[in-house]
Amino acid sequence: MTIFIIRRILQAAVVTLITLSVVFVVGRVVGDPVRIVIGIEAEETRVQEVRDQLGLNDPLTVQYWRFMTGALRGEMGTSFWTRTPTMPMVLERLPATIYLGVVTALLAFPLAILLGATAALKPHSWADRLINVTALGGVSIVEFWLALMLILVVAVQLGWFKTSGYGGVEYVVLPALTLAYKPIGRISQMARSAIIDELRKPYIKAARAKGLSEKQVVFTHALKNAAIPIITTTGDEVATILNGAMVVETVFGWPGVGLLTINALSRRDLPLVEATVFVVTGMIIMTNMLLDVAYTYLNPRIRFQ
Amino acid sequence: MQREEIVAMDESNNTPSDQQITGNGGHLLEVSDLHVEFRTSGGVVKAVNGVNYILDEGETLAILGESGSGKSVGVEAVMGIVESPPGFVTAGSVKFRGTELRGMEEDQLCKIRGHNIAMIFQEAQATLDPGFTVGHQISEMLRLHRGLSKEEATKKSVELMDRVQIPFAVERANDYPHQFSGGMCQRVMIAMALALDPDVLIADEPTTALDVTIQAQVMQLLSELQTETGMGIILITHDMSVIADVADRVVVMYAGRVVETGSIHQIFDQPAHPYTVGLMNCVPRLDRKEDNLNIIPGSPPNPINLPAGCAFHPRCSLARERCLSETPVSAEVGPYHQSACHFFEEVLVGH
Ligand SMILES: Nc1ncnc2c1ncn2[C@@H]1O[C@H](COP(=O)(O)OP(=O)(O)O)[C@@H](O)[C@H]1O
Ligand code: SF4
Ligand SMILES: [Mg+2]
Repeated sequence: MTIFIIRRILQAAVVTLITLSVVFVVGRVVGDPVRIVIGIEAEETRVQEVRDQLGLNDPLTVQYWRFMTGALRGEMGTSFWTRTPTMPMVLERLPATIYLGVVTALLAFPLAILLGATAALKPHSWADRLINVTALGGVSIVEFWLALMLILVVAVQLGWFKTSGYGGVEYVVLPALTLAYKPIGRISQMARSAIIDELRKPYIKAARAKGLSEKQVVFTHALKNAAIPIITTTGDEVATILNGAMVVETVFGWPGVGLLTINALSRRDLPLVEATVFVVTGMIIMTNMLLDVAYTYLNPRIRFQ
Repeated sequence: MQREEIVAMDESNNTPSDQQITGNGGHLLEVSDLHVEFRTSGGVVKAVNGVNYILDEGETLAILGESGSGKSVGVEAVMGIVESPPGFVTAGSVKFRGTELRGMEEDQLCKIRGHNIAMIFQEAQATLDPGFTVGHQISEMLRLHRGLSKEEATKKSVELMDRVQIPFAVERANDYPHQFSGGMCQRVMIAMALALDPDVLIADEPTTALDVTIQAQVMQLLSELQTETGMGIILITHDMSVIADVADRVVVMYAGRVVETGSIHQIFDQPAHPYTVGLMNCVPRLDRKEDNLNIIPGSPPNPINLPAGCAFHPRCSLARERCLSETPVSAEVGPYHQSACHFFEEVLVGH
């Protein structure tokens, strides 16, 4: 178990290094950041000036080394736009995104599993069909449209929640709901099929023979074992939530990393974009690592080896 | 074997579910005309087609038959745990101490399952939940049916594991099923099944997946426990030597029907159905050479499309006109000895 965790941490470190390298290659080698900032038509002398300033005329190896060591110290360059270091800008926005993400997860995961289990309990019943249609909606819906509909109906018409801004329940519910829908769709479908698979196994028949009620059979026995594949899906959904945050934060004016990324993109602020990519990827890698550990913990066949 | 009704002895039963089942005479378990079918996309699988048997206290009833003959589905229907859909119990009656279980409310049935009628299965390892410790799984029974606290239930679970001779029970209670051998898993299943002193234990091929020496140990354990508790056992097996050792009576099944039933002596010494005779000839005997082993020619019928008349006729050396059209009903061969063959007298003479 300890060996597994150590190996998993090393793996996460390697993935982080690879991500950083890709960010570097895409930014310096493939594209030309200077032309992005000062425009394609700028004069060549002006371009060279800026290149020297940014150290872009140094050999690639030197640039790479500088970039990587900087990143590991938490320095991802200076914003073209604000002329201040990018990392503090991103980290300042991070709590808002984590807050939104956690509320979304707390909304999505239990609800998705409840829906999946209900559907699995009576396959092909009307409840199953209803849940299936809802889930399909979640998988295929366009987030900004859902966001706008929620704003129109729930915030504007009913006046239950605020249309935009940052704060408590009245602010967070709508963006979280919007973000939650896709993961609810996918996780509930996954949970349904995982639970149905478990329900076919012999230990379920034995659990019924013990005199457990159908609910106990499904919610304690089948669900615990189905949790193993469900958690794998959950890992992917963390990425979905963080990606979705860009659109949703923009629509709801939520001051998180997503909104910052959109602003950085529209201002062609490459260092700032890179910093947000680094932070968001780091978060995805880390949550996936934690989920993997949870996965191992839930699966005694791996845990005791 | 006496077959007068053995009066159900009321052994100071004071748990709530015991009181629901009034011991008003009757047999411990009485199954009549049980029918089960599976509605699949390929057609209706007629798995059980009219099964009758009775079980009394302290008695061991063996169910014998080739694989696919409906032995497992039949006992699952008794427990009320046939997977539905696709399985449906379409007719019949299951009486426990005179109380009809079919059509009983699910929450009432849950109080009987595991408590009055317990079951163990063929693949013990696969029938234990891989996600919980074995101690937890035994405790679950006690907490569910007896309402014991976690500590009491854990203590009792360890005692039960001791009782089924699992070494180092205290430590092993915290282990997971994959850490046990097949034989030990079956002991865990037995401990779980016996946790509430059931009146009936259904054992569906409990030793088939085990090594020969382990098989003998498990069977030995079951007989000891039966002597202690006086429970009735329904034992499904195709091991004739096991049947010879432990069974009082035998039910022979073919294509979802009971083709012969009788005491162990009647079945072994005067088999009255060609299928039973065939099964007996399959038994390898030490006093015979291996190559004399007779296998019944042909294979069991497709349960979606059972042959008309006697389902055994395509494989029966005595089959004739009448067998193709007329389904034989069980006829008395001797005292409590029945055969569903039109020509059982010939079988008796021929043997
Ligand atoms: N879930 C199921 N769906 C369809 N057919 C089934 C199902 N379970 C059992 N059957 C069929 O019922 C018949 C009896 O099976 P079973 O009782 O398991 O036989 P056995 O005597 O070997 O225990 C077999 O033909 C089997 O294919
Ligand atoms: S009824 Fe006919 S076919 Fe069936 S077992 Fe008897 S003799 Fe054979
Ligand atoms: Mg079977």
